[in-house]
Amino acid sequence: MAAPIIAIVDYGAGNLASVARALEHLGYPCEITGQAERIRSARAVILPGVGAAGATMANLCERGLDRVLKEEVIGAGKPFLGICIGIQVLLQSSAEGNTKCLGVVRGSVRRFPPVDETGRTLKVPQIGWNRVHQLKGHPVFDGVPEGAHFYFVNSYYAVPDDSELVIASAQYGVTFAAAIARGAMLASQFHLEKSGAAGLKMLDNFCRTMK
Amino acid sequence: MLAKRIIPCLDVRAGRVTKGIRFLENVDVGDPVAMARYYYEQGADEIVFYDITASNERRGIMIEVVRAVAREIFIPFSVGGGLRTLDDLREVLLAGAEKVSIDSGAVRNPELIAQGASAFGSQCIVLSMQVKRAADSAQFPSGYEVIIDGGRTPTGMDAVQWSQRGEELGAGELCVNSIDRDGTRLGYDLEITHAISQAVSIPVIASGGAGEPEHLREAFTAGGADAAIVASLIHYGDYAIPVLKRYLHDRGVEIRMT
Repeated sequence: MAAPIIAIVDYGAGNLASVARALEHLGYPCEITGQAERIRSARAVILPGVGAAGATMANLCERGLDRVLKEEVIGAGKPFLGICIGIQVLLQSSAEGNTKCLGVVRGSVRRFPPVDETGRTLKVPQIGWNRVHQLKGHPVFDGVPEGAHFYFVNSYYAVPDDSELVIASAQYGVTFAAAIARGAMLASQFHLEKSGAAGLKMLDNFCRTMK
Repeated sequence: MLAKRIIPCLDVRAGRVTKGIRFLENVDVGDPVAMARYYYEQGADEIVFYDITASNERRGIMIEVVRAVAREIFIPFSVGGGLRTLDDLREVLLAGAEKVSIDSGAVRNPELIAQGASAFGSQCIVLSMQVKRAADSAQFPSGYEVIIDGGRTPTGMDAVQWSQRGEELGAGELCVNSIDRDGTRLGYDLEITHAISQAVSIPVIASGGAGEPEHLREAFTAGGADAAIVASLIHYGDYAIPVLKRYLHDRGVEIRMT
């Protein structure tokens, strides 16, 4: 079997097909796989998903994929895109079930506060379209209007120690990291695959970074 | 602040959209996939499909529709109508829907909400409720009763109490459909929409009665809704989604402009 162009990491949870459908729509061949060998040989790797941090980490570790992602994908400089829970597991730990995460980014994952800045009850999880503010001229945002809305579903958010990694922010009770990047590693809290034209544009921009 | 969502609703019977839609050229107006794509391109924030095919043997047709829609649109969409078991929910979600909408099935078996939330996450469980103004204020403190089976069967349950129960059980969103207003174009029932928005801390979707853009603004402001379902308002060509969005945006409502 030829090496997959893009591997979508299957860790036995979440609806992974939506990312695959978006990639197919854009014309990029992809494969949903949980096999280390297939992930290693892909030209780019996407870690999508919804679900809890604890379950996600347990599923990744059980399959030995934590080390593959850490050392042979992200550590090796292979283009990587984490989506939703896929951004959160990059940090060292998550407040969700006190979970130890991959730790490829220093920092932690926090839960949204129960009330917003004005003292009103904050609906958690955040479900819906929120404005994403681009903080740096990162190429993944080429052609994406500043302040465009993206689709979020999350109760927790990533807090990297190094704020330089945050390439976009959004506001929900607090200002939080909507997207982070470091070299070939990219991750978004929002669902690019469910964010209409803006999301597809970002996904396309990410795919263009593949060698 | 999240954008207020505009959600077109398509009723599907045996794989075909049932409401007449007059304005489209070069689009098969009976084809749910073509209609979904059209509204997606117009800037819909989400789409809801109600499968009004009663019989079980036709369920497979709807699943095919869901699969086809999932390949064409890249925004969330939900599917409701006749979902009764965890397997029903799983089938629709695996076919590519982002959310499932449960209504009568949740009243008959409230555990379905809890089981669905536990298996797939609260974010994909929408509790849809048909409500009707009730005279008896002793039995119905909110003044509204929950009705099931497409408006035929009264449940004796108070609308606000059921919404709170739904939240406790794990529903991620609540869709409040006013039977009194449905199809009237007189505007959403702001009273019950507001009462439920105040009573729960999950997003509330207003449904039933939209006849002009101002009705959406009212639902989002006085009604406290997070999203609003539109059907005949757009299906009959009176208003296009970009026109509705411009109207709301110009009046200070947070809207996703595309």
